[in-house]
Amino acid sequence: MNKTPILELRGITKQFPGVLANDNIDLTLYQGEIHALLGENGAGKSTLMNILYGLYEPTRGEILVDGKRLALGSPSDAIAAGIGMVHQHFMLVPPFTVTENVILGNEETGAAGRLNTRTAAKQITEISQRYNLEVDPYAIVGDLPVGVQQRVEIIKLLYRNADILIFDEPTAVLTPQEADELVAIMRELVAQGKSIIFITHKLREVLEVADRITVIRRGRMIGSTTPAEADQNKLAEMMVGRAVHLELDKGKATPGETVLAVENLTVNNELAQTAVDDVSFVLREGEVLGLAGVQGNGQTELVEAITGLRRVVRGTITVAGQKATNQSPRKITEMGTAHIPEDRQKHGLVLSYGIDDNLILNTYYQAPFSRAGQRQAQAIQQNAEVLVEKFDVRTPNATAAASTLSGGNQQKVIIARELNRPIKLLIANQPTRGVDVGSIEFIHSQILAQRQAGTAVLLASTELDEILQLSDRIAVMYSGKIMAIVDANKTSKEALGLLMAGVSE
Amino acid sequence: MERPNKLQSIAIPLIAVLMALLIGAVIILISGSNPLAAYGALLEGAFGSAKGIARTLEKSTPLIFSGLAVAFAFKAGLFNIGGQGQLLFGALVAGIIGYAVSLPALLHIPLAVLGGCVAGGLYAGLSGWLKTQFGAHEVITTIMLNFIASNITDYVADGPLKDEGIIARLPQIQDSAVLPAIGPVPTGFLLAIVVVFITAWLLDKTTVGYEIQTVGKNPNAAKYAGMKVARTVVLTMFISGLLAGMGGAIETQGVVGRFQPGFNAGLGFEGITIAMLAKTNPYGVIPAALLVGAMQSGASQMQFDAKVAPEIIDVVLGLMLFLVSADMIIRRLIRARGDDDSQPRLSSGWGN
Amino acid sequence: MNKTNRLITIIVTVILVAIVAAYLWDARSTVAVLSSTLRQSTPLVLGALCGLLCERSGVINIGIEGQMLFGAFIGFLANVYTGNLIMAIVAALLAGALSGLLLAYMSVSLKMDQIIAGTVLNILALGVTGYFYQQGLTTQGKLPTVPLGPLADLPLVGPVLFSNPPITYATLLLVMVVHYVLFYTRWGLRTRAVGEKPRAADTLGINVYKVRYWNVIIGGMLAGLAGGFLTLEAVGTFERNMTNGRGFIALAVLIFGKWTPFGAWGGALLFGFAIAAQTQLQLSGAVDIPHQFIGMLPYVLTILVLAGFIGRSRPPAASGIPYEK
Repeated sequence: MNKTPILELRGITKQFPGVLANDNIDLTLYQGEIHALLGENGAGKSTLMNILYGLYEPTRGEILVDGKRLALGSPSDAIAAGIGMVHQHFMLVPPFTVTENVILGNEETGAAGRLNTRTAAKQITEISQRYNLEVDPYAIVGDLPVGVQQRVEIIKLLYRNADILIFDEPTAVLTPQEADELVAIMRELVAQGKSIIFITHKLREVLEVADRITVIRRGRMIGSTTPAEADQNKLAEMMVGRAVHLELDKGKATPGETVLAVENLTVNNELAQTAVDDVSFVLREGEVLGLAGVQGNGQTELVEAITGLRRVVRGTITVAGQKATNQSPRKITEMGTAHIPEDRQKHGLVLSYGIDDNLILNTYYQAPFSRAGQRQAQAIQQNAEVLVEKFDVRTPNATAAASTLSGGNQQKVIIARELNRPIKLLIANQPTRGVDVGSIEFIHSQILAQRQAGTAVLLASTELDEILQLSDRIAVMYSGKIMAIVDANKTSKEALGLLMAGVSE
Repeated sequence: MERPNKLQSIAIPLIAVLMALLIGAVIILISGSNPLAAYGALLEGAFGSAKGIARTLEKSTPLIFSGLAVAFAFKAGLFNIGGQGQLLFGALVAGIIGYAVSLPALLHIPLAVLGGCVAGGLYAGLSGWLKTQFGAHEVITTIMLNFIASNITDYVADGPLKDEGIIARLPQIQDSAVLPAIGPVPTGFLLAIVVVFITAWLLDKTTVGYEIQTVGKNPNAAKYAGMKVARTVVLTMFISGLLAGMGGAIETQGVVGRFQPGFNAGLGFEGITIAMLAKTNPYGVIPAALLVGAMQSGASQMQFDAKVAPEIIDVVLGLMLFLVSADMIIRRLIRARGDDDSQPRLSSGWGN
Repeated sequence: MNKTNRLITIIVTVILVAIVAAYLWDARSTVAVLSSTLRQSTPLVLGALCGLLCERSGVINIGIEGQMLFGAFIGFLANVYTGNLIMAIVAALLAGALSGLLLAYMSVSLKMDQIIAGTVLNILALGVTGYFYQQGLTTQGKLPTVPLGPLADLPLVGPVLFSNPPITYATLLLVMVVHYVLFYTRWGLRTRAVGEKPRAADTLGINVYKVRYWNVIIGGMLAGLAGGFLTLEAVGTFERNMTNGRGFIALAVLIFGKWTPFGAWGGALLFGFAIAAQTQLQLSGAVDIPHQFIGMLPYVLTILVLAGFIGRSRPPAASGIPYEK
């Protein structure tokens, strides 16, 4: 390997109000290497990269590109210095074409200021052939599958002649097979002289692709290593700061009677397109059914239909023997359903409310919280104090606004609210998205405790590891259909990956 | 349910008011008059005599109602800028019941007030319904309904129910519908204070209030929690319009004595300023409305003594609204931290 | 998309046939109604284009009404004191730009709720123009009709399209210019990107704030011109609150036109026609409806448009959301 540093970060420190996101971080990237930046959610990886890319200005520290100091705090300067970033949440304009997205900010114009889209489209075709990134330059980005959108993001960087490519959690939205393709693309890029920083919290991928690995934890650099020197357990310990049990012993399932029965269910999305297509399954007491699939294959709509948030077009849903098809969310809740929503800030919480008011969000109208239409302040307060204690919500007091809590603690508030009443059915959608390892362990143990207590659990997650760890059976969704329902003990990541890509045996 | 910083929620509107008055003084100076004399005359007119004070309270009464109407709708994330139209309908219906029905005062007064309330409520409820059923944003529908209301009430006053004579207005209401005054204080004003307390209780102490505020702060979470969002929106608009309509009815029954078009032009907009000065807190509406009422009450004295056009008040009110809404300016001035994320975002649902 | 195009073609054809038929039946009234339609629609088109630039860049503007009023007033004052109509138009444009700057400052820099920011503008404009307006000011006249040579002599289209005062011509031109700029130039691409997904634009080195500021300021100039149309071209004098809700109707027109310049133009013509037709009916004495009911027609139409068409259209995704870096 060529040992010239193409990029050096020196003593980067970033102070947000109340949080030290980056604390004196050094990082060196050599020409032609894939350097993994490993750390759990909230460790400060994204902050560091946003500083490098000029989206944030650091409190202290400097960045050298090819030995020259980089002006900080402006993406334009970073782009000019050859730095490009594939963001975790794609930075694409959905109604624009591929070409429009690629040229944005770097447009060439002809007579009367008219955009030269045709020339640009030709260049895009050339790039996509050279790096094996197939894409139609005239397609509307919003209509493209996630994997192709990611290619557009990469092409955007190559169009700007970026030499240093930052990939921020690039595999989070991909099937295992798509992730493998991405790895191949990254290797191709490095072979053609590019250098890559690869941000992730997935240990397996790091060991597979990286030339070198740097681990950060709580904004601090913990150390550097190589795949040859490290293994999954060692990396996990560096990442979390203590030994982590990667395997969960969940015990045998003892399924009882059917709690949730879904028959021939069809549901539309906002654009009146079929999102859930003739889906049927049953879920019994004391078992966890995992709902796997790449984001956007109908899982969200399926969960919303079951919980009463979305209209059912055809088919039936039965919860604990009662008809739940097109019933109101309140009725379905009263049938004994708990729902941990996919987006906790959009659906699960009222951020400006205190924890106490969030904990009664769907029981506020019942005794003891309401009598004769009047709120019972004391009961609401007491409930909050008990639950904060019981579910280990880290907060100065039970009336603090939900917006002041960390992601993990916000999720605990929701879980406390949903699991603290008598339930028969638990629907958990992405329950650990964006939370720290400690909270993940806590949430997983709560879900398994529910299973042990006889609750039927539907667990939708795009994290295959999570699905495999917790589920007894796994339903894989692709393009609105359930491809197959398999026994969790008799399947593999690869088999699930094929199903997630719509390939059935 | 909310726990805003108490000191700031008083300090910021206060500074906004002072700054607006200061800028107003500069404008008066530029137009060639003495601002001290002008403000002095304004104060004199508003509070200098028993008659002045009574007039100030009288002017403040409909302002409390229209400010309350805006503040209440705001809690559900709705911007009701149609207070004027709702108030007109309230005044009209109270005026009709007031002259066309004969009842003992004990029944006649509340019936006419109630009629005004329902008229205003239904008129605002229409905007709520248009929003929930068809996605028409209430800001535009309520303002369009203002124009429509003034056309319809003009027509009624000039058409089928016109009083004898050349002036387009309804006949005088019967004595049994007139709101009496208790000493120097108009009954309407006392009624307004009572309504403020009821509104505050409704918002903070009842489950309906919790629903309204949840819908305002996060409609998605409200739906998730099993609340009927559309019904809450329509109900909130109805109550908001009811408050405005009540203001109209009291104006007819307590001040004007009949329905006469055009008596309250602009009240809808003042309601916005008052609600913002109050930081949408129902109790805050009282001092804010008194302030605006005093300015209106003293305006003619100011014009008479200091030769300053009464429209300066509209300028100062506009500045107050600007400064209190753009509170970042003031926060910077007094080096206050944080911002107010407790307010709902009104533009949600814009266009779809 | 194809379906929409076919529908538009059919509608336009039907309208053209109807116009020719009406012309053959009663040439004088038809010409009168159509010319009046065009002039009534002018401030609405300009207001809608103002809203279009603002919303396409992600700023909701409900202060168009106030911006128009401000432009109308300042244009009028300039006409009174300079007696020069060109200067008066420039003054109206500048007044609009200034009001745009204030709106941008509130919405973009102060990150105020944009609905409130627009309301502030409306109330301030009403107050300031009301205070400084003195009755009895007179002007030297208003912008004259400029017939376009032989084109103006053509039957039907001549008097309707080619015999108009300058701001009406300018408006037709501006519809095309805004369409071209928005969909075919760098400026337009960046504007639309900022209105749909500002963060994506930011990561590509585009200054979101700057794009929004400029669009809102230029939009303000268009609204100022709409105000100038009222005082300098249509009425010739200023009255308190003379915009009479046109700024809000312009918003309905914008939504009716699905945030496109030509769509907004079509919507404005529809409103213009409604106003022109009822005036003509009233004048001819053909119908006997109380004037109050005729007067409220545009407002009812606005509500119907909002309630009927809006469900199927989508505003720019980032419209109304302040951008936080």
